[in-house]
Amino acid sequence: MSATLATVSYIGATILFILSLGGLSNPETSRRGNLYGMIGMTIAVLATVIGPQVTSAGYVWIIAAMVVGASVGLYAARVVKMTQMPELVALMHSLVGLAAMLVGFANYIDPAAAGTFQGVEKTIHEVEIYLGILIGAVTFSGSVIAFGKLSAKISGKPMLLPGRHWINLIGLLVVIWFGWRFIGTHTVADGMIPLAVMTAIALLFGIHMVMAIGGADMPVVISMLNSYSGWAAAATGFMLSNDLLIVTGALVGSSGAILSYIMCRAMNRHFIAVIAGGFGTEGGAPAAAGGTLPAGEVVPILAAETAELLREAKNVIIVPGYGMAVAQAQHAVYEITKQLRDRGVNVRFGIHPVAGRMPGHMNVLLAEARVPYDIVLEMDELNADFPDTDVAMVIGANDSVNPSAQEDPASPIAGMPVLEVWKARTSIVMKRSMASGYAGVDNPLFYKENNRMLFGDAKKMLDEVLVALKG
Amino acid sequence: MPQVIGVPRETAAGEKRVATVPEIVEKLIKLGFKVAVQSGAGDQANFSDDAYRAAGAEIVDTAAKLWATSDIVFKVRGPGAEEVGLVREGGTLVSFIWPAQNPELLKQLAAKKATVLAMDSVPRISRAQKLDALSSMANIAGYRAVIEAAHHFGRFFTGQITAAGKVPPAKVFVIGAGVAGLAAIGTASGLGAIVRANDTRPEVGDQVKSMGGEFVTVDYQEEGTGVGGYAKVMSEGFLKAQAAVFAKQAKEVDIIITTALIPGRPAPKLITAEMVKSMKPGSIIVDMAAEQGGNCELTVPHEVTVKHGVTIIGYSDLPSRLSRQSSTLYATNLFRLAEELCKTKDGIINVNMEDEVIRGTTVVKEGNITWPPPAPKLSAAPPTAAKPAAVVPAARKGHGHGDAGAPSSAKSMTIMFAVAAVLFWFIGANAPAAFLGHFTVFVLACFVGYMVVWNVTPALHTPLMSVTNAISSIIAIGALVQVAPPIMENAAGAAGIDRPEVWILGLAVAGVALTSINMFGGFAVTQRMLQMFRK
Repeated sequence: MSATLATVSYIGATILFILSLGGLSNPETSRRGNLYGMIGMTIAVLATVIGPQVTSAGYVWIIAAMVVGASVGLYAARVVKMTQMPELVALMHSLVGLAAMLVGFANYIDPAAAGTFQGVEKTIHEVEIYLGILIGAVTFSGSVIAFGKLSAKISGKPMLLPGRHWINLIGLLVVIWFGWRFIGTHTVADGMIPLAVMTAIALLFGIHMVMAIGGADMPVVISMLNSYSGWAAAATGFMLSNDLLIVTGALVGSSGAILSYIMCRAMNRHFIAVIAGGFGTEGGAPAAAGGTLPAGEVVPILAAETAELLREAKNVIIVPGYGMAVAQAQHAVYEITKQLRDRGVNVRFGIHPVAGRMPGHMNVLLAEARVPYDIVLEMDELNADFPDTDVAMVIGANDSVNPSAQEDPASPIAGMPVLEVWKARTSIVMKRSMASGYAGVDNPLFYKENNRMLFGDAKKMLDEVLVALKG
Repeated sequence: MPQVIGVPRETAAGEKRVATVPEIVEKLIKLGFKVAVQSGAGDQANFSDDAYRAAGAEIVDTAAKLWATSDIVFKVRGPGAEEVGLVREGGTLVSFIWPAQNPELLKQLAAKKATVLAMDSVPRISRAQKLDALSSMANIAGYRAVIEAAHHFGRFFTGQITAAGKVPPAKVFVIGAGVAGLAAIGTASGLGAIVRANDTRPEVGDQVKSMGGEFVTVDYQEEGTGVGGYAKVMSEGFLKAQAAVFAKQAKEVDIIITTALIPGRPAPKLITAEMVKSMKPGSIIVDMAAEQGGNCELTVPHEVTVKHGVTIIGYSDLPSRLSRQSSTLYATNLFRLAEELCKTKDGIINVNMEDEVIRGTTVVKEGNITWPPPAPKLSAAPPTAAKPAAVVPAARKGHGHGDAGAPSSAKSMTIMFAVAAVLFWFIGANAPAAFLGHFTVFVLACFVGYMVVWNVTPALHTPLMSVTNAISSIIAIGALVQVAPPIMENAAGAAGIDRPEVWILGLAVAGVALTSINMFGGFAVTQRMLQMFRK
């Protein structure tokens, strides 16, 4: 395949990638979108392998590597539980980061790649290598930590070192200084030391950055790392003068950034504040900040009574949260939904934009349980309907239904949009205990007059409700 | 020694309710109390002595004996002349009292050194809602008002088209959208009628709509909300405008249900004789304010009369006409009060005057008249506090839905453009042409990504991320081209250094393997997820 043909194939692949992202914006077209992505990727890989930049000596290696990678990847994709999606995605981001690092190093030690550059071009090329490895390393270590946090191998609590902003700043200055020295070197051996030091710092920076972010902000972190992996690809593209890599990297990078921004806006928080870390820690202890501790009594309810309430309701809104994912309760939820819909009850789902541990987490779980997506609505679509709702059932959500976000300006989550479940005639909160949510803020909803608490494991309780509904 | 709660038979004529029901008796006993019920107390509400006995209550033959043995007496209506004599020295009485209308009764009870809690004086704060007997009774009354109207009304409520002809739906106009009014609206619209409602308090408009009614406004600017969320007396000008609205409605509708009450005052006369005359023959007026003089000029309290072909229902015992239901709800209200009074659950009440709810409810404490209580402040606060909250939803409209063009402030836009201009100048001045080509592609791709992703529905965020993750394994290309590149003789020669083949190959192959995991895994898992999204 000639070089021009390869380039044309790359253009085709680029278009397919754009169509793929576009297709993903709507459930109707989403499957086609994924197909476009696959075709694009196939074209890109084939054009590269058959193209002028790879000689036949590499075929064996490439095929072997791809077969190994593909079997691991396909296996992981098949066995992963839907509740573990966030972990899987985080882990995959780390692979992209690691690959970017490896490619960067390989490129640097290859004299054939750098041989023709002179003057400014050489400097730019070296900056590209340096940046590519830097972003790759941050993505890699950050994603690994995110994976650890999401799979509960590392505590979800933000780890805040004293003077953490200074640590980051010093790290950045050291990286810039070594970058300067790196550009100044003439041989690969000389350049290796600054490059290795920078890589180490970048890895530490990635760890530190994600460690400082609380579990509640995980959705933002995931999409941010997604964005980083894109930028890493783009930097690699610059390094290799490969437009396909640049375009695709930029697509992924900017889409990840936009997604992070949308997430942050849904939480009414600044992107910088999330990245700087420590949700709920900067406003001081909730009790001290709030001043008005919610008072009153909590009215518990039994599963049978819940079933009674649901049966008698006309309009029901179910608000799932991370607790539903943890308890694997989505199938029980769907069974209940089916029962109620058969009885003519209008059941809908209200999803907070940051429910769960990654963007759209709840939608995926509900989809897995075969809940039709047209009754799964986002917060803005049904928040106004709560006053007409007979029963609002909150399953393992806490901060996203906390009225103090609206009522208590001193609350750490003040101003964050929340689902106004307390406006329903009756709200039922399913919860294991009275513990506060990830934000560590007490929830006055529990003490509201029209609120009932159904204590227990969500799955077990829902099963009981289901039995009572059928009986 | 647990205290005894006594429930006598109601003595007022026509009163069918009873102050406790068997189900609640059990709960009271769980609180530690003993319960005594006068024989036949629940007969009118279909609760037999046996049922009470089964629930654990002691059945007492006579009222005199019951009053004498009970520490606390639960009643529905305030004590009649005879019953006041039976009140035990230093005992406790819980019932409707209407202290404003019955100052004499209050004095007599005080003389007995009694403690009296008036169920009509429960403060209107959210914590006390569960013991708000006025609301629970008003709810029943509103329902029953519609049922009474339907009973006297010669037509269907719902519109029908039948083989025998077309039936227009009944039109119901509800004046006063308090608890009773809302219940009436809900019941009437449930029966299929077209319901309109009016209230002097504009904020209840949404509540009316939520019950299925249409809110008729009076076109006159005046705030009609008084202390505690009740209505207040309105100005002359407003009343005129209101009368015009009512006169118009009277001509159109079939049924008028009036519930307008102002605390401590006679009911406002809203429906004049003129308006009654203008109504269609066979129309109905249910005057739920009859006991306080009525909202209609022609109402005869406690009776049903026909004037100008319009049936005017002036029953004042609507809750009692649903005695079983109202007894159950009232008993629950009393039980909630008992819980408040006996937080230790040992069967001994503690009338804690520090507690806002109990303070407001208590009208006589150990012989001292404590009515009226200090004005409640809490319920006045929420409307003002709610306002800042209302701003929030407006600010976050349409997340992720095509408002990418939401304009930023001019200042920040200027700064952004300035920074971008400097950056571009720097790059343009220094970078070689080859780099600029790539840079152009890069910048444009960023914008394409932004445009494409902005409209993604939140439901698809996870699949989107998973697919972008899969696509980011395009970095495989970078590894692929390094596995076995064609060595350009001149380049390698110029560098004059041996190519560390093994290292490069190792790194590149590892890179290919890693990205392949991502590539295949990412697309496969996305596919799996998307398979699940279905309508």
